[in-house]
Amino acid sequence: MSVVATDSFLERAPLLFRDWIVGHFPVALQWLVHHLLTITAILTVFGLFFAFTTIAERKLLARLQNRLGPNRSGLPWFRTLKLWGLTQPFADAIKAITKEDIVPAVADQVLHFLAPVVIVAFSLLGFAVLPFGRYLIPVELDAAILYFFAAGTATELAIFMAGWGSRNKYSLLAAMRALAQLISYELPLILSVVPVVLVTGTLSTRDIALAQGGWTWGVLPHWHVFTPWGFAGFLIFLVAALAESNRSPFDLPEAESELIAGHLTEYSGFKYALFFMAEYFGLTALSGLGITVFLGGWQAPCAFLEFIPSWLWFMGKLAGMIVFFIWIRGTLLRLRIDQLTRLAWQFLVPLALLNLGNAAFWALTSGWTGPLALARWAISAAIVIVPFFLLGRRLTAGYAPRTYRYAA
Amino acid sequence: MLGSGILKGLGVTAKNFVGSYHDPARMVTQEYPDTPAKLPEAYRNFPFLVTENATDPMGTLRCVACQICEKECPPQCIYIEKSKDKKPDATGKPQLYPAVFAIDTAVCMSCQLCVEVCPFDAIKMDHVFEVAATNRFEGLLLNREQLAKPNEYFHQIRPTEAAEVDGRLTAERQAAAEKAKAAAAAKAAAPKPTTPVAGVADPGPASPRPATPKPAEGGTAP
Repeated sequence: MSVVATDSFLERAPLLFRDWIVGHFPVALQWLVHHLLTITAILTVFGLFFAFTTIAERKLLARLQNRLGPNRSGLPWFRTLKLWGLTQPFADAIKAITKEDIVPAVADQVLHFLAPVVIVAFSLLGFAVLPFGRYLIPVELDAAILYFFAAGTATELAIFMAGWGSRNKYSLLAAMRALAQLISYELPLILSVVPVVLVTGTLSTRDIALAQGGWTWGVLPHWHVFTPWGFAGFLIFLVAALAESNRSPFDLPEAESELIAGHLTEYSGFKYALFFMAEYFGLTALSGLGITVFLGGWQAPCAFLEFIPSWLWFMGKLAGMIVFFIWIRGTLLRLRIDQLTRLAWQFLVPLALLNLGNAAFWALTSGWTGPLALARWAISAAIVIVPFFLLGRRLTAGYAPRTYRYAA
Repeated sequence: MLGSGILKGLGVTAKNFVGSYHDPARMVTQEYPDTPAKLPEAYRNFPFLVTENATDPMGTLRCVACQICEKECPPQCIYIEKSKDKKPDATGKPQLYPAVFAIDTAVCMSCQLCVEVCPFDAIKMDHVFEVAATNRFEGLLLNREQLAKPNEYFHQIRPTEAAEVDGRLTAERQAAAEKAKAAAAAKAAAPKPTTPVAGVADPGPASPRPATPKPAEGGTAP
């Protein structure tokens, strides 16, 4: 999409900067420089975003548990500058790089080496199709959603490579768990996004973000999350995204109380850090997709806030999603493997399928106006809420509320 | 409802998050090297000797060198040599005092048995834990002068126990003073039977409280 001159300078600034650099190169090389610049920008921005996500996670988790969190690390030659420990990720990175890289003697050397590389590579692929701003979309694909899930699913392969290549029973068990978990949750994840594709009629992330533009009375945004089917889809997406990115309460593949460190058991040093990097990249990319699909992408929530550049809105929403995921991690306990798959197959998948019908109903009744619009909302909400209650009651019967026989 | 527990839990952690910024009572972390560590009153590591007067610590040690703690100490880390002369103790009675009192803190296992067995409240457990030393013998073998700490310090680190000990000791001192008075009175009364007036008055004060003079006599007789 070409830049419109009427947009604010900040909105156009990243593109102007890119074009300025590209302009210095001969025409034959410009396409290459263009793409290399995009890749560099993504790696820099999300590399730093990853670094500060780790410190934010540690700080927030600490505060959620009434602790202080890391606050010691400052700068090497400026001891008086404390910086609230914000330089911790760089210290961590130096530590990870300088640590010894141990490879078990019986491990499959190739797979053991390849797994962390592959997982980071695949987790980065998702960023290619996310619209970070009105004009900031690295690759404009017509089947962007399809591509995103195809690339994201490949990380499961890398986890199994790590588990198999380590030749360690804990690693292998964890890898099998990871496969069971990731395959279980791939279905609700995709099914929660399909309604959006159904309603907007496109697989392109740019068009989905554009479809959520506009406001009612200038304050109520037309984001998908503010429709009954979108809200249900967003909740299912959140749960499935948590599970897909191996985060608490679904962090079974690396359940340290059961499996030492899961598929990371035989990894050390920078390879270990790469797995974590991939995990956070995956989480960030999934959050970005959730924002694009349900939370209006780069759109501002109110008309009068549009002066803030779109890419800032996107990053703000992204930070909000990450904080929410950290909040969840600081609150919930880890599930058992049977509870995990039960939740996916007996609860999320049926609800997601019903939600698909709900979205179809919404798409068919788009012409309803006046009192019929209210009926449309009521019916759509009922399709979401009634099965949630019924299914929830049926599944928790005999499980909750839990009674403790021996505890007071 | 399904999911209500999750919302409740999120509420709890959110309250923690907000509270951790404005309610210092929530925070459990002590930033120890920056701020002094807050120890619970009953914390203990190594023993110290209580002195009555901070200006003359060696003269007012409560310890009477009875050597019970030395014999009781499981790892045998206490070494005591009795003095040749006697000094008045906390209750004013002439007692021996330790000429040498040494505790090898490298051997001490902080069991507090010495404190439990001491009949004079002379040895108590300290709160000092920064005791790292480069030399095992010079740095960790504490002598009498290093072990002696004033009673005010004891009040500072263990207010409850110190108040209880002080109350008991004052009561003992009072009892001893009364006893001394009674003994003085008895001594003053003893040569008086020659005067007839005193002989009438003598059974008067003696007969209402026969319990107190009797142990006093028993105490002074040997």
